[in-house]
Amino acid sequence: MQARTGFVSSPHAARVNSVDWVMLQVCLALVPGTLALVWFFGWGVLIQMALAVVFAVAAEAAVLKLRGRPVLPAIRDYSAVVTALLFALTIPPTLPWWLTLLGILFAIVIVKQLYGGIGYNPFNPAMAGYVFLLISYPVATTTWLPPAVPELLQAQDLTTLSFLDSVRLIFTGVLPAEHTWDAVSAATPLDEMRTKLDQGMTIDEIRASSPLWGDFGGRGWEWVANWFLLGGLYMLWRKVITWHIPVAFLGGLLITAGAFWLLDPQTHPFPAFHLFSGAAILGAFFIATDPVSAATTKRGQLIYGFAIGAMVFVIRTWGGYPDAVAFSVLLLNIAAPMIDHYTQPRVFGQKRSAKAG
Amino acid sequence: MLFSVLHPHRERLWHFHGGVHLPDEKHLSNAGPSVAAPLPAQLVVPLQQHIGAPSQPLVSVGDRVLRGQPLARPQGYVSAPVHAPSSGTVAAIEPRQIPHPSGLSAPCVVIDTDGEDAWAELPPPLPDFEQLDPADLRERIRQSGIVGMGGASFPSSVKLNPGPDQPIHTLVINGAECEPYITCDDLLMRERAADIVDGIRVMLHILGAERCLVGIEDNKPEAIAAMREAAQQLSGQGGGQAGRQAGRAQQIRVVEIPTLYPSGGEKQLIKILTGKEVPSHGIPAQIGIVCQNVGTACAVADAVLRGRPLIERYVTVTGRAVSEPRNYRVRIGMPAADLVAASGGCTGDLEKLVVGGPMMGFRIDTDAVPITKAANCILALTPAESPDPGAPQPCIRCGRCAEVCPANLLPQQLYWHARAKDLDKVQDYNLFDCIECGCCAVVCPSHIPLVQYYRYAKTESWAREREKRAAEHARERHAAKEARLERLEREKKAKLRKKKAAVAPKGGKDDDKQAAIKAARERAAAKKQAAQGESATAAGKPAPGRAEPAPGRTEPAPGRAEPAPGRAEPAPGRAEPPPGAAEPAAAGPAAAKGKVAAPDGKPPGAPEDAQIASRAAEQQGAQGAVPKPVPDDARRAVDEAAAAGADTSPGRPEQPFVRGTDQPPDQAAAQASGQTDQQTAQQPSGAGTDEERPRATAGRG
Ligand code: SF4
Ligand code: SF4
Repeated sequence: MQARTGFVSSPHAARVNSVDWVMLQVCLALVPGTLALVWFFGWGVLIQMALAVVFAVAAEAAVLKLRGRPVLPAIRDYSAVVTALLFALTIPPTLPWWLTLLGILFAIVIVKQLYGGIGYNPFNPAMAGYVFLLISYPVATTTWLPPAVPELLQAQDLTTLSFLDSVRLIFTGVLPAEHTWDAVSAATPLDEMRTKLDQGMTIDEIRASSPLWGDFGGRGWEWVANWFLLGGLYMLWRKVITWHIPVAFLGGLLITAGAFWLLDPQTHPFPAFHLFSGAAILGAFFIATDPVSAATTKRGQLIYGFAIGAMVFVIRTWGGYPDAVAFSVLLLNIAAPMIDHYTQPRVFGQKRSAKAG
Repeated sequence: MLFSVLHPHRERLWHFHGGVHLPDEKHLSNAGPSVAAPLPAQLVVPLQQHIGAPSQPLVSVGDRVLRGQPLARPQGYVSAPVHAPSSGTVAAIEPRQIPHPSGLSAPCVVIDTDGEDAWAELPPPLPDFEQLDPADLRERIRQSGIVGMGGASFPSSVKLNPGPDQPIHTLVINGAECEPYITCDDLLMRERAADIVDGIRVMLHILGAERCLVGIEDNKPEAIAAMREAAQQLSGQGGGQAGRQAGRAQQIRVVEIPTLYPSGGEKQLIKILTGKEVPSHGIPAQIGIVCQNVGTACAVADAVLRGRPLIERYVTVTGRAVSEPRNYRVRIGMPAADLVAASGGCTGDLEKLVVGGPMMGFRIDTDAVPITKAANCILALTPAESPDPGAPQPCIRCGRCAEVCPANLLPQQLYWHARAKDLDKVQDYNLFDCIECGCCAVVCPSHIPLVQYYRYAKTESWAREREKRAAEHARERHAAKEARLERLEREKKAKLRKKKAAVAPKGGKDDDKQAAIKAARERAAAKKQAAQGESATAAGKPAPGRAEPAPGRTEPAPGRAEPAPGRAEPAPGRAEPPPGAAEPAAAGPAAAKGKVAAPDGKPPGAPEDAQIASRAAEQQGAQGAVPKPVPDDARRAVDEAAAAGADTSPGRPEQPFVRGTDQPPDQAAAQASGQTDQQTAQQPSGAGTDEERPRATAGRG
């Protein structure tokens, strides 16, 4: 009697996990936040996501083909899809299509595939693609829409775009005749805060100056953050990610922001403002947790997350850009291997002080 | 504190890092009682079913053997005999395929059974073992062929002899059986709890340990109840020894531990029960603990209280590809095919046959292999139970593997460096702390066969280490040869010179004669002493008479300057490295002897002597790594010295990973190489002699 010849080495038990499952869980976890974004910022969000996914998968397939690698397994792990989705969620919903393409090409071709494909890229591809655009096309990349909050729209005489308007804007760059750029775009809360603070206003004055402000961050924006938080909790529950990076990230942001807020609450916004503005929540749960480019030891992840959080505050407060998640993540990507090296866990049976390598 | 308030009835338990919850699949095979497997027409008994030196056959083809009769005797201290599992005729002594990861063949005694199952004359039972010397009991255990039955197959008598410098306070009995599917220990504990407790008493006595902790996973409530009752009954027993036995029973505590793979790993179980960690590369005895499997305890009871050698064991036959999974009491040497047939045979849907559990067991390509002392399970898996994980994808560094690693390693880094064949780096990342439990591979989303990479890296490292040692050995031998030739040359010249001197002046006849006689006498004395020193060296002891070079160097003996000084040079150089040698040299009588030898014209620091001295020191160093000889067991000391002499070469002490009795490096290496899939490229020569992996310290829960 002969058994079939299959894989040989132990363990012989079924595998309990797979990359595509993990990636699909991430996609699933993005749903609530995405819906919130669409709710507040219109169809442009979905159009960008669709574009990004198509571009990313096509780019990945093309590069793999050129490299002579099997295309299907790599496409089927959905990692390109996740990269594309995260990229699409960070860019403004009205970004011209060719900029989306450019950003995706940079992310997939240069940052991911030229380094050897999934698992080998030292940088988070989505963030690298975004930063590439941000540096090359700063205006287009920072022109955001106002959130669809009626009071706000009325107060500032703003409008939202219909689906067709969005399509036209993305593909032709032409605004519908009845709208002006001023009417359809608005500064993000982070922008606004930064500008007004630079003008010497106090926090109280700033908050009183505009109906933009919600409970913690900007209206609309903070709800998007809440829904992304929900998705993040889902991933924690499904054990797609562990708590270390998100908690350390948010902790790092809160602690540094809190320290400065305590020093001077009139020139530094309440820490929760930082938490619920910009890409902080999205970054903490979805972007900084990208396993490939993050630290992998548990202690290392705490350091890594905390440092990103602190860096986000520093750049938001003193840096040249209003938001900083992408920069901070990329900076810490560079440091990740070193962090890993110095935070190896104590091996079973070794003395507490013993450290390898 | 809080714990005891919350759980007043439970013992305090500790955790180990990681681990995975797996579907335990034990219900397949543990529903009914164990069944005596039918006596097969032919038994195939491998001569080596243990870690250590192979045993030597005592029978020849055509001999009639009786059940329990020794078939082979142990060779060396770390070795074990094998016995005839039933009566019959020796049909062959030849290589047969054995259950080994690489499908190797190894010498086996093949017995055609006669069905009578007649017992040989057994050694007498030793019911009053508590009055006996532990050394005698160990000898009984050794002669009964008992090896670790949890999978490690390390000779139990050796494990029960940690030596006087390692006092043992706790005996840990492993009834965790953490691997999915396997239930043989479960059934053993249910059915033979009293015997296991007897075995524990014997081992407690041998070790002089204060207490015994029996760890059983909480998915085996019947076994826990049975063991608790057996331990309880012991304390209720009457008779002359009631007091002491009650004392012993108090010491035996059956502890329910949470089900979590691999809590049955030796080091993990010890951590759970005692909170102590066995040092990395170390053995439990270093922290005062000895760990034995429940099957071993039962075998010890059989051996000591009934005189029966280890010829039978519980084996689980399970998996969804067999018709009737259950547990059997199986004679060692029964072909697995017969056992599977007894279980109704395999269904058509067999994906693979595994010896051991799904996590650490190894695949066999054929069921024409015998059951050995360490084979706890025959697993017939369907494709649904053991699906092909598909082609591995790149590591995405998700760290899931590190989360579950019970050794708290970074499997992803190990994998990275193992793949790059960077053997130094993998060792930096503590490759040799990996117990090959498979947790990392099971959770890896990229389906990378991680354990395979680690085995490969281990094999490569061992091979490299062996090469290095061989090279050093060769270099050393070459140097020794050079030195010897040089010395001979010098002696020849010296003789010539002396002859000339004797011929030239012829005055003062009487004086000269007397001087010559004296010189001759002294020469003889010196030679004798040298000879003594040599034998001392051979026994692995530092030889004080041997270390002449050191004083010779610091304080040139009169005759030394005479022969070409350049020639004497090699001696000090060689004597330098071993610090152990320098000490006796300085203190010993060498200086005086150096002067005695001087009139002879022979330099005191003869290179060859220096070399032997240095080797003695090296052996000493090597012995530091091997357990110290025990005074009450002379044979052991001799055996060990022999082993050290035969096997230890200068490079050994530097090896970072081979220390400890549990892992004879050469066997383990051969083992691992047998297991690696690259085996075809580097088939180990000695692998066939060993059927266990370097998991000696891990056990197979
Ligand atoms: S579990 Fe697999 S993919 Fe994840 S880090 Fe470990 S080896 Fe890499
Ligand atoms: S096989 Fe080795 S590396 Fe993997 S989890 Fe087990 S001990 Fe850790």
